[in-house]
Order: sequence, then C-alpha cells, then structure tokens
Amino acid sequence: MATATGESHTVTADEIREQYKKFVGRKIFFIFFFIALIVGITGVSTSLGSADLTVWDSYSSILRKPFPNTFESKYIFTLDDVPGSDGERLKQYLIDEYGIVWVQSAEISKSADGKITITGEGDNNVEIMLDERDTEKMTVKISGDIDPGHRVNDFKVKEVNGELHIHESTWLADVCVWNLRLPRIILGIVAGIGLGLAGAVMQAILRNPLASPYTLGISSGAGFGASLAILAGAGFVGGKYLIIGNAFVFALLVSFIILGLSSRKGATPETMILAGIAMMYLFGAMTTILQYFGEAEAVKEAVFWMVGDLNRASWSVVTIVSVVIALCTPYLLAKSWDLNVMGAGDETAKSLGVNVKRTRVTTMIVSTVMVATIVSFTGTIGFIGLVAPHMTRLAIGGDNRYVLPVSGLLGAVILISADLVARRIIAPVILPVGAVTAFMGAPLFLYLIMRRRREYW
Amino acid sequence: MKLRVNNVEFAYNSTPVLESISMELDRSEMLGIVGPNGAGKSTLIRCVDRILTARGGTILLDENDISKMTRMEIARRMGYVPQTTTRVFPATVFDTVLMGRRPHLGWKSSEEDVDKVLEILELLGIMEFAMRDFNEISGGQQQKVLIARALAQEADILLLDEPTSNLDIRHQLEVMDIMKGIVRKKGISAIVAIHDLNLASRYTDRLLMMNGGRIFAAGDPESVLTVENIRRAYGVEALVKSDGERPYIIPVRPV
Amino acid sequence: MSVSTGRIALFVVVLLLTIVALVGSSVVTGSSAVTVDDAHSAILHKFFPDRYEPNWLADVCVWNLRFPRILLAILAGISLGAAGAIMQWALKNPLASPYTLGISHIVAFGTSITILFGFGYIGGKFVIIGAAGISALIATVIILYISSRRWATPERVVLIGIVMMILFGALTTILMYFGAAEAVKEAAFWMVGSLNRASWNVLAYMAGTIVLCAILLLLLIFLPSLFGVDERRIRTSAMVVASLLTAITVCFTGTIGFVGLLAPHICRRVIGDYPRFVIPVSGLVGAVLLLGSDLVARTVISPVILPVGVLTTLMGAPLLVYLIVREGIRG
Repeated sequence: MATATGESHTVTADEIREQYKKFVGRKIFFIFFFIALIVGITGVSTSLGSADLTVWDSYSSILRKPFPNTFESKYIFTLDDVPGSDGERLKQYLIDEYGIVWVQSAEISKSADGKITITGEGDNNVEIMLDERDTEKMTVKISGDIDPGHRVNDFKVKEVNGELHIHESTWLADVCVWNLRLPRIILGIVAGIGLGLAGAVMQAILRNPLASPYTLGISSGAGFGASLAILAGAGFVGGKYLIIGNAFVFALLVSFIILGLSSRKGATPETMILAGIAMMYLFGAMTTILQYFGEAEAVKEAVFWMVGDLNRASWSVVTIVSVVIALCTPYLLAKSWDLNVMGAGDETAKSLGVNVKRTRVTTMIVSTVMVATIVSFTGTIGFIGLVAPHMTRLAIGGDNRYVLPVSGLLGAVILISADLVARRIIAPVILPVGAVTAFMGAPLFLYLIMRRRREYW
Repeated sequence: MKLRVNNVEFAYNSTPVLESISMELDRSEMLGIVGPNGAGKSTLIRCVDRILTARGGTILLDENDISKMTRMEIARRMGYVPQTTTRVFPATVFDTVLMGRRPHLGWKSSEEDVDKVLEILELLGIMEFAMRDFNEISGGQQQKVLIARALAQEADILLLDEPTSNLDIRHQLEVMDIMKGIVRKKGISAIVAIHDLNLASRYTDRLLMMNGGRIFAAGDPESVLTVENIRRAYGVEALVKSDGERPYIIPVRPV
Repeated sequence: MSVSTGRIALFVVVLLLTIVALVGSSVVTGSSAVTVDDAHSAILHKFFPDRYEPNWLADVCVWNLRFPRILLAILAGISLGAAGAIMQWALKNPLASPYTLGISHIVAFGTSITILFGFGYIGGKFVIIGAAGISALIATVIILYISSRRWATPERVVLIGIVMMILFGALTTILMYFGAAEAVKEAAFWMVGSLNRASWNVLAYMAGTIVLCAILLLLLIFLPSLFGVDERRIRTSAMVVASLLTAITVCFTGTIGFVGLLAPHICRRVIGDYPRFVIPVSGLVGAVLLLGSDLVARTVISPVILPVGVLTTLMGAPLLVYLIVREGIRG
C-alpha cells in the first residue's frame, strides 16, 4: 500500500477541524430531524382512524391541553349578544358550516332560559340550547331543509369575564385524540425509544451487530415473566409493578445467560443469537401454555405476547413506561463514551481506564429494565432494537455518544410508523404491530448475516 | 526509576506463564522484550498495565503499587498499544484517537481535546486519514493510529505489544522511528515486546530476553544478543555481526 | 466401528412398543364423556361385532375423532423425524430440520395464501397440496443455495432459516388478518401447529406421500447408479424428498416445531451415526415424540387441548441451546 506522501495535498489541522465540526453538526442535525419526524408522524397518526380529523385538528387538540387559550377552537358568538350584535355572526356561521341559506332572512329569538331559536319557512328550524348536565356544552338541533332532514351538533361554552363565549365543539377530536389515539402513539414513542436504545447498547457491549432485545431472547423472557405474574393474579390495574418486576426477573435471567455465553471462548455472534432465538422459542412456548391455563381468550393472548401490539395503551401505562425510560436513558447516555472504548476490545478498554466487566453488567441490567417494562405492556415487538442502531450508524457513523440517542429516536419513528401502517393497511382491522416490524426487520437481519462473511473469510 | 517490577508471577488457570519476573524502567528509556513465542512477553506487558492481574509480586509506578491504584489513575500514567484491533462497528481515525482522551474527559470532548488529537495526528503524519474509517486504512497506518491513541492519553509510559509484526519493512522502520523520536523528545519511557531481533537491537536502549516465563538475559543489546543466548533461548544457530555500535543477527538454522 | 444391528433392532422394537402403548392410552383419553370401557368396546366391536355392543357416542368418538388424530400424529411424526434426519445428513448440519431451516413456515405461507385465494380444504385439496409442494421446493432450493456458499457455517445457515421463519410467520399472520374473522386462531394454527384437522382423508394423503418418499429414498440409497454416483447429487435429491415430506405434513398439521431437530439427535445418540438407519428410525422416534406430546397436550390441563407444537418446542428449544453451546465450545 502506498503511503500518501510527496506531492499530494497535505491536509492541515484546520481543515480537519472544519470537517470534524461538520461531522458533529450532521449528527446533531439528525437528532433534530428525527424529533421533527416524530412530531410529524404523531400529527398524522392521531388524525387517522375511524373518525377522520384533519392533521391541524389533532395538533390543536393536543396543544389545547397545555395552552388552552392559544389553541382554542373557532369562536362563534357571545351568548348575551344574540339576538343583537352577534346575530349576523351566528347566521353566517350556520350558512358556512351547514349550508342552510334560509337563516339569512330568518328571525332569531331567545327565551328566558337562554334557548336560541331561528325559525324559517315550513319545517326549517334551528334550536340552540345549553346542555342541562354539562355546563360546557350547547346542543344545536337543525331540522327542515337539510340532508338528512335533521341534524344535531354541539357547541362549546366558555366563560370569559362573566360572559359566555360559544366556540366550535372540540369534543369528538378531544376524545379521539386524548382518550384513544394519543396514549397509543406516546406508548409507541417511548417504547420505540427504549427498544432502539437498548438495542444499540446491547450491540455495543456484546460487540455483536446481530444483537437486540428480541434476537437475544430477552424480550421473550420478559413476556413470559409478565404473563406469569398476570396469571398468578396480578391485574393490569393494581399489580403493574409486580408484573414489571417479574418480567424483569426473567429478562435478567436471559441477559445473564447471554453474557455468560458471550464470555466463552469461540462464541461467535451467530451462536449467541441462535442461543437467544432458541430461548425466544422456549419462552414463547411456555407463555402460550400459560395462556391456556388462564383465560378462554388463550390464543389471542398468546399472539399478543409473541407478536406484540400497542392495544393496551392507557395514560397510566404511558406514565409508568415513560418514567422508567426517563430514568434509565441518562445512565446509558453517560456510559456512551465507555461503550465507544469497549468497541476497540476489552484489553484496550481496560488500558484506557474503563472497568469493562462492571460497565458491561450494569448497562446490560439497565437496558433489561427498560425492555422488561416495555414488554410488560406491549408484548414482544421484534426487530426495532436491531434495525434502529444499524440505520443510525449508516447515517452518522459509529460514535455511541450520538448513536445511542439517535437510535432511540429512530426506534420511536419506526415503531409509530409501523403502528400507523398496522392500523390503516386493512382498516378497520388492526394488525399486530409486531408483524409489521418483523416484516421490516427480518430482511435487514438476513442481509447482516450474509454480509458478515467478509469479516470471517 | 519510573517503573519497578518485583518478582511478578502469573498463571492462566494452573499453567504458569510468568515466574519471578523482576525488571526496572528508567525515564526516557526504550526497553525491548524479546524471546520466542510463548515466552510470556505479551503477558508481562498486560500484567504491567493491570489488564491482567499479577498473582504474586509487586509492580511499582513511581513507588506506588499499581494494585492499589484505580484503573483511571493507571490509564493516566501508562498507555497500551495492542498488536491489532478489529472493530465491529465503524469509527473514524479521529474518533479512535480521541478515545485516548477518555482518562481525562467526561462525556463531552472539549476544544482542547480536539487540539491535542490534531497535534498528535500531525506528529505521526497521519492527518490525511483523520476522517477515514479505522477499518479501511492499511495495517501500518492502523498501528500508527493506535500509537497516536496511546499518546493522546498523555501517559509517560507506553507499552507496545509487538507493534511491527504485521507490517512491511518500511512501516516497521517508520513506526520504530516514531517511537524512538517520541521517547527522545517527550521524555517518555516505553516497553516494546518485539519479535525482530534486528529491530530490537537497532532501536532499544536495553533488552530483556525471556524464555519459558523467566528472564533469561538482560542488559544492553550487545550483551544480550549473543550467539550463545540465541541458541539457548530460540534453539537457533545464528551469526552475530556488529557494525561497531549494534549487533546484527543472521539466523542460520534451527538446532 | 461396525453397525450394531442388534442394538438397532432392539431400539426399533422399543420404539414400536412405545407407539403401541401410546396409541392404547391415547385412544382411551379425551374430553368427551366416553369411559375407558366404552372406548375398548367401541374398538373391539369393529373386529368382533357379535361380542361387543357398541355405544354410538363412543363409536363416533373413537373411530371418527381419536383414531384419525392418533394416526395423524404417528404419520406426521414419522415424516418430520425422517425429514429432519435427511436434512441433517444432506446438509451436514446438525442444526438442520424442516422447522429451523424455515421450510415449514414457507410452506405454511404458500398454503395459507392458496386458501385465502378461495381454495377450500374440501374442493381444492390438490391445489393446496400442490402449493405446499411448490413452496417447499422453493424453500429447499434457497437453503441448498445458501448451504453451498463458502461462508455457510451450520449456525449461519440455520440463522438464515430462522429469519425466514420469522419473516414468513409474520407474513402468514398478516394474511390471516386479511382473510377470515377467526384470524388470530388461524394464524396460531399455522404458527404453532396442531393435530385438530385429522380425518381419514388427510391420513390417506399423508400415508401415500410417506410411502412414495420411502420408495424414492430406497432408490436413492440402494440404486445410486440411477442418479449417478456423485454424492452431492444424491444429497440434493434427498433434500427434495425431505421437502416433499415437509410439504405434506405442514399442509395438514401447520408448523409443528423441533420434532425434526430432536428425533435424529436422539436416534444418533442411541444407534450411532449411520444415515441409512438413522433416517427411518428417526421417523419412529418422531412418531413417539409427537404422539407422546399430543397425549400430554390433551391431558395436562384437560379439557383444554394445548397446541401440540408448544410442547414439542418446549422439548426442542433447550436441545438447540445445548447443541449451539456445545458447538460453540468446540469451535
């Protein structure tokens, strides 16, 4: 090999400094890019479903909670000013929204209890009255010259300085977004972050590009532990911590078997993964049997634990998973330098002052905690932890200080996009998201196995 | 006296690899360790850096016992250059050298660390590879990068485990020249395990010849590299010539 | 080292006796309110119509439900065990089996896509079997191609097989959701396997295929001149026979895992590594394994019937771990 000396342009320190800055800048750009992508997909994903919302509806519904005034829905009229100064406003709104042109020339009247009536020719009639039970709601009844003959709708009532302001109703959007779709998507985001991060950490500490919580069997161990706890009587409501705890115990068992195997002489990356997959099948079978001991819905439950989905999302689940991920992530990020050094081999890492054995065990335990928590509520969703780190390294190189956070974010992107596909592709049927991620991840896995021949032969 | 090794023993399982090894290393000295395969050269170097923990004896660094120091403290004093490393995941040459700053920095690398890395890359003449992937450059360049990493550690003792064994003769000379220059210029000391007796003779100040886990001969190259010693340690009949300053060895046949 | 025929004969006899014993206990156990005596008289009535008064319920239960299931277990066991032994021999890969090479799942996918296109089990049986056969052949060609690569260590081949298994498992699951409302249950059938689809018709197809494959194998082994003496070609042809066995079995039982991995290992441990004996005897071992697993699956939490594949996985997965760790140390 020729050494590059002589005439060739000599590279100066400043050029390298500049290149290095660009290199780092690119990594930081990816972090922001993926955050933006997550926000974008969240908007799209919350707007799609059995009731259609616009993307804007869902964003404003999400942001209305923290900023109730800035993102209030469209103001229509003030109750006290109808009939009167706001009468025309109300009429215009009814024309724009429902196309009932006849209100233009109709008379507006209001009774003592605040009921507004607009009566036109024939059956044409609009009644707007305050709801008896819900002080924040007004019911709008339209009948007559409208398809299909009559229509009932809601307005939203808001008290401002003693006056009642009437806004467009946001009830449907709020229920859809806050009660149904958002918990699912946020669970997808935090679970994706956790799995992507855990995958990156496991690949780094085992120096194994095929490693991930799924392919090492750790997820399956957690799934078995969780379903064992559930069968033993810990309900999803009360015994959440028991479920997570038990999931953790079994996941940790698998983790230690894998760590033990990795320290054996002659353990290739392939043998480690094969052992992991064999454990995945073993725990999968045991979980299935457990389901049969339990409820009548056995088959469905077993599929849940083996393929994984986000159907069990709720705000309390989201809170628990988020807290665990938020506690574990800083520790792993803090260790990312040491993971870099360990990538150069155990001996080098020791000589650079890293306590290799302790770092390997603690980071493995922390990752396992995250995986166990996630799996307790999502089942074993596969391949996120495998795909995310690889795509990340392709984009920004191998520095774990950036690979870890970007891989987490990318994991979230992958999981919520996969969930979007799973929900929409044959709507209204919802596919298990694990089937979709397997479909994305398995080909990459094949490619990695076949590509590895270069390093061995 | 910078480093003092007293009666160090080491065994893999129950097979003894090192037996009562004692040696000393001076400031600004380049100490070579030679000996046949399996003599314990690499093991000795790893014990000195506490990558392996010696079973018996003491290793004193400026009169401090290394078994009582933290890993980080040792890393700030001694740098280790392995023979080769294969990385599973990609890393640029720059990032590889930056890893040498690990004993000195936290999570974030400062501007000062970057400057230091650039300075060392310049010194070793590998600046143009800075943004290349470590696995993509040639073996000789990789060896220089590993030395650069140890230099970035700012250690005052470098431990090199057969740094030239995978290199062509040009790179062998380049690497050894670099080492010699660093030892002279920076007042660093180095221990180099080395196979090539001629390289050892030419570049080291003092030599240890090991055989069967023991020190077989020690002293300046001229007194260690004798026909008799080579015959007994390697089982090779050799001619030893001298250019008036250093001995040169021409191996003839195994005995 | 010479072949110990006595040992093999003894093992075969033990296996046959075990099968008989298992059949005996299987036929009298079950969820229906048929007593052991009823079952006995239902069986004996067939042979001695005068002496034993049949009870209609027992008759239906034994002859239409239990016997087909038991025979299906035996035939599927034979075919999986033999297929596993053939694959391990032909690929020189101790980790090979219809399941771990992904062939079973590719067949399951091919079969279920055919069913989804509207070919029922009743009318389009031959279309379904044909689809199963074609998918098995495609899978086998892929595996043979991969195994012939220079980088193909046994672990890597099996890892690729397992990924195909996961991939086609996911595809089949998705297919099921496109299709019937009973999606989850169907998917579980194809992914875990069960013996619930047993009928005399199914048995006829299975038995026919096994006999055909046995003849093909005999030709392969004893008349190598027909295929040339090139050993590679013999191994390749053997793989085709094994894929045929896999196809017909998966078609009617779904993907029952690990029988094909376990049986040859047990067999080799007892009688030694002589392919021409290991292949048929593995079939018997497979029958014992599957029949025994089915008996356990039906009784352990009676009246619920566990999918039999779950039990075979429970036995087979630890063996896989053991084999890997052992190979790992050796390597």
